[in-house]
Amino acid sequence: MTIKFVLLVNKQGQTRLAKYTEQNLSVEERRALEGEIVRKCLARADKQCSFVEHRNFKVIYRRYASLFFLVGVDNDENELAILEFIHCMVETLDRFFANVCELDLMFNLEMAHFVVDEMMMNGCIVETNKQNVLAPVQLLEKGG
Amino acid sequence: MSIRLRELIRSVRQAKTAAQERDVIAKESAALRGAFKEQDTLYRHRNVAKLLYIHMLGYPTHFGQMETLKLIAASGFPEKRIGYLGLMILLDERHEVLMLVTNSLKNDLQARSQYVVGLALCALGNICSAEMARDLAPSLERLLDAPNSFIRKKAALCANRVVRKVPEVIESFIDRAAGLLNDRHHGVLLAGVTLMLEICTVEPTVIPVYRQHVPTLARVVKTLLMSPYSPEHDVGGITDPFLQVKILRLLRVLGQGSAESSEAMSDILAQVATSTQAARNSGHAIQYEAVQTIMNINVDAIGGLRVLAINILGRFLGNRDNNMRYVALNTLAKVVAVDGQAVQRHRNTIVDCVKDADVSIRRRALDLVYALVNEGNIKTLTSELLDYLKVADAEFKPDLTAKVCLLVQRFAPDKRWHFDSLLRILTQAGAYVKEDVTRALIVLLTNAVDLHGYAARAMYAALASDVEGAELSLIITAAWFLGEYGELLIGDAGGPLLSREYPQVAASTSADVVSLLERVLRRPQLPATAREFLLTSLVKLSTRFADQNERIQAIIAKDRSSQGLEVQARACEYSRLFGYAQLRTQLLEHMPALDEAHYSRNVATADAIDMSTEPAAAQMSENGNVSASNKLVNADVVGDLLSMEEGTSDPAAGGASAVDLLQDLLGGGDLSNGGSFGGSGVIAQGSAAAPLVDLLGGGGDLGASLGAPQPPPQDPLAGLMGAGTPTRGSAPIAAPTRVESDPFADISGTGHQAAGPLRAPAPAPPQPTIPPRTVYDKSGVSVVFTFTKPGIPANTDITATYRNSSMHTVTDFSLQAAVPKFMQLRLDPASGNTLQPFGANSVTQQLHVTNSQHGNKPLAFRLRINFSIDGASQQDQAEVKDLPVSV
Repeated sequence: MTIKFVLLVNKQGQTRLAKYTEQNLSVEERRALEGEIVRKCLARADKQCSFVEHRNFKVIYRRYASLFFLVGVDNDENELAILEFIHCMVETLDRFFANVCELDLMFNLEMAHFVVDEMMMNGCIVETNKQNVLAPVQLLEKGG
Repeated sequence: MSIRLRELIRSVRQAKTAAQERDVIAKESAALRGAFKEQDTLYRHRNVAKLLYIHMLGYPTHFGQMETLKLIAASGFPEKRIGYLGLMILLDERHEVLMLVTNSLKNDLQARSQYVVGLALCALGNICSAEMARDLAPSLERLLDAPNSFIRKKAALCANRVVRKVPEVIESFIDRAAGLLNDRHHGVLLAGVTLMLEICTVEPTVIPVYRQHVPTLARVVKTLLMSPYSPEHDVGGITDPFLQVKILRLLRVLGQGSAESSEAMSDILAQVATSTQAARNSGHAIQYEAVQTIMNINVDAIGGLRVLAINILGRFLGNRDNNMRYVALNTLAKVVAVDGQAVQRHRNTIVDCVKDADVSIRRRALDLVYALVNEGNIKTLTSELLDYLKVADAEFKPDLTAKVCLLVQRFAPDKRWHFDSLLRILTQAGAYVKEDVTRALIVLLTNAVDLHGYAARAMYAALASDVEGAELSLIITAAWFLGEYGELLIGDAGGPLLSREYPQVAASTSADVVSLLERVLRRPQLPATAREFLLTSLVKLSTRFADQNERIQAIIAKDRSSQGLEVQARACEYSRLFGYAQLRTQLLEHMPALDEAHYSRNVATADAIDMSTEPAAAQMSENGNVSASNKLVNADVVGDLLSMEEGTSDPAAGGASAVDLLQDLLGGGDLSNGGSFGGSGVIAQGSAAAPLVDLLGGGGDLGASLGAPQPPPQDPLAGLMGAGTPTRGSAPIAAPTRVESDPFADISGTGHQAAGPLRAPAPAPPQPTIPPRTVYDKSGVSVVFTFTKPGIPANTDITATYRNSSMHTVTDFSLQAAVPKFMQLRLDPASGNTLQPFGANSVTQQLHVTNSQHGNKPLAFRLRINFSIDGASQQDQAEVKDLPVSV
């Protein structure tokens, strides 16, 4: 019932953000897993459904321009709700970076992480209200 | 001086090849190591940020772990923030250094700034280990009551992890979690519901306590449903779908098994299901969750709701959006066990989904179709699936084939249809058909005398129409059928055509049949297994078609110089067989009908044996080329030998099937290992098995380990053969009265010694046997461990047997086991939890252990045993140690 990982990948398959709550994976295993999943998801057509089963994960993905958001969950999760959560994440990032693009995320990796950390913790959703998510991050940006 | 983060990212991006990227990273890692060594505090946070980037690219960053700890201990917020982020990303709970951070965390949880507390909670919630969880649980309890919602929500999710890690502390969170339901803040509510769900999973006994909150939960959902547009929580016209979904899930857990609670929530479920606007994805998500809840809670209380739920699923299924269809199929698959009838209504749509272009949908639909099939609809559904099999992509075929085979075997209404369907599968997707399917087909057909002619014709046609492309499974089945029933192809011998049978490519003369087999044999790169089958088939036909005798002899002779050991041995053996005309006829008589019940029983035991004799099997494939994939070959040859046995002297042996003997053959490896052979009763079937033991060649030790088999009746064959070698090596030890009846040993001479399907495997090095050990015996309850080695030295399977010799019934028996870190333990469910008094029954449980330090450290266990005796619950502990290192 938890989110196992959140991945942000561009069209070339390069990872732009990775957040794992499933912790028994080594760096090499993660790399291999990312490769497999990305290959599987990127090969799919737009009309096909947004869910892919891989190993014992279910990957729910959504494409935004050149960026793919992939969320890995276990088998007992509401797929549609996760899809909605991805959208919520994207909208929040979009508001934070004002029209987010791949470069924003690349050069502000830690900020992206802070935003996602405000929304998700230990594989569960913490907050989906954009105002509540961004307030602490933005406040500290000004102060820090 | 190290470069800036931006520059690092830029240079990584400019790298044109992977090698260049590696260079950049290696250089930067070296610079970072230097900086860390010099205790460069000014740029520490920038350096850790670089590490995060390097980590994301998939390079090692362990050298920087200590730096994150230093940052966390710093006083400035930006440093702390990056430090915690580094902690969460670069480390996980298995790192020992994590312990060093406990103190900083403790301080930060008490910090004045809510944001510092938030950071600490976030880190704790994401990576804390059991020890940390135990240490920090009290601070967490305090934070759950914090006045600040920002802290409360994070504390609740943090508690989520803590209760999972340390279930002992759950007590103090049960009420607090429920208390969060009265919170106004959505984030806190969401976190509270999540925590309640987790508590219910960790400690199911809490569920009845939580049922009192059903009305509160229902009220929250109602408020959400009724609330006017609120911009903070609106997602696609729905107020906070995430919260609604979570609450519906909690309702599901609470409603399961309680009519009262189900009743209490039925109103709100109906409301959610009907009044949610299902125009957008967020609405669908809620309906989807509501349907799952409706299908899982108590049936009687909510009869009408179920219809509503199924209708919603039907609407999902008809939706053009593939996501909706996916979740509909997913839910229907869960529902089918509860309400199969309702799902049947959507059968046609579901079958259509099997043909969808999208593999995710196809897989789900196939699972569902599989669950839907019954005796009534098997014909239509299978023909749909078979039609699709032709056009399915290669990736999907194995799954589809396996499922269709299973369905056909399970529900076939009659034998002819069963045969037809499997033949279709063999021709269309032969490459994916498992061996046991073909074997089962053969067993089935030997029992259907009226279908023999039909089967021979159909197989001939199937093979003849695709000589070059036929897959292995089709070749071997066809070879078997043609060898057995080939003579039925000629003239009217096979009886008239069955109804609805159309004349196909047919053989008119015996030469046609032999030519077909010869053509297949000539195929380049024919798998050795197929060749073996074809040779056996031909040698059988040589007795049926007298006129083709010489031709067959010539074909077989070609393979006497085959490079494949097995093929060569077979060709040599068969060639020699032509010298013994009378023997050959007897040897190659028709197979007796194979006993179906016996076969299915043996499949079950053979599976078990396969698992326990891994080393033996490996040994066999090395020595005798009798690999697992050759089992069928063995069955065949052994079967022939069996029919010889029957034809000559021993009608009593009719009951023992070929498969049975095959098992003996495989079991032989086990026997020579000195292991325990579960099915030794089968071997001791005496007369039928004993000749086989002889045939196994140097099976002296094998015979010995059989105990003393009943000496078989005097075998006329022995006389016929001039008694072969009447005494041999160690054989007399086993059964001195036994007469050797080993025609093959004579016939094949040394060739047989070199290699052959019938050779016994060389004895494996003796395995140390481990005596069973009583690990616990108090107040009448005893636990005995029996050890077996499944093959890999590091693995041990333990059968724990529980008995109760006291005068009271023991109920709720459970055993928990803990092992040292170097071992891995997997516990299968026990066969029961009630022990009758006076040892009237026993309960067993399987433990699978992997010892990573095998040979260095012995296995050790600590056991905790819980049971209720005479109504009083008891708990006890026991230790198992001082086991031999070899175990």
